[in-house]
Amino acid sequence: MTQDLDLSCKELVELVTAYVEGALPTDERNRFDAHLTQCPDCVEYVAQFCRTIAAIGLAAPELERTPPVTGLLRVFRDWKRVGGNEGVL
Amino acid sequence: MPEIAMPLIDPARADDEELLDALRLGDERAYVALVRRYGGLMQRVALNYVRTPAVAEEVVQETWCAVLTGLERFEGRAALKTWLFRILTNRAKTRGQREARTVPFSSLAGDEEGDGPSVDPDRFLPADHPHWPGHWAAGPTQWSAVPHERLLAREVRSRIRCAIDGLPERQQAVIVMRDVEGWPPEEVCEVLALSEGNQRVLLHRARSRVRAELERYFADEPERV
Repeated sequence: MTQDLDLSCKELVELVTAYVEGALPTDERNRFDAHLTQCPDCVEYVAQFCRTIAAIGLAAPELERTPPVTGLLRVFRDWKRVGGNEGVL
Repeated sequence: MPEIAMPLIDPARADDEELLDALRLGDERAYVALVRRYGGLMQRVALNYVRTPAVAEEVVQETWCAVLTGLERFEGRAALKTWLFRILTNRAKTRGQREARTVPFSSLAGDEEGDGPSVDPDRFLPADHPHWPGHWAAGPTQWSAVPHERLLAREVRSRIRCAIDGLPERQQAVIVMRDVEGWPPEEVCEVLALSEGNQRVLLHRARSRVRAELERYFADEPERV
């Protein structure tokens, strides 16, 4: 951490998604990279952010909300009963 | 509809194109597979526009109905999921507008753009700090090196789920589409009618919340790290 950095930690934490998606303009990206070379706390922060993204993917089974299939099956069976996709069959 | 031989597909593994072909032939397993694949996300997205889970469920049901009756006209120029979610958001919007006329309804999207910074501002030194304005007062609790298995732990996954379920609806939809379902940003923008920048802001807010929750989790009990 040095006082000469022209991007503060507080500013950096708002740019992490743009940074990891490659959406920062070159000059801002350079300032971001320069900050990381001097600030272990922000390196840790960015690493946590990336691991968070990975962890969200790993949590996928927990996030699944199975919709109530019964009502939706009725929709399908009604459709099929009245002839379904008549244009094809 | 005459009974015809269904092609042999494994509905859980088949891609959308294969399921679509099977669905056109009236294959119920293909339908159920699509409902399983997209139903949960459809419900979340519908909740961006309507007030209650019950109404969102109705919207999801109407959407499937429209999908089935529209199958014949669907030429496959857009991806199936894009078409599906376009129908969903149109219907949900219409429902939401109707609700808004009958019930006082402050938009769910209201305050989320300005719902606070990524990290508690108290964790940074003040702007008038003589040496290090805006720098960490106390850095983030270290946990980025935890082994992969720690992130897979049931408790961690359930913390993540709670954090996501507690987000404003639009943030939920964006983070689930992007980080759970792996949608590319353009498709999320198209389906949710967001600009690229807005999509990124919502995603960033959402990810920041989840990171903060994980930091709390690992900080509560240092031996977890």
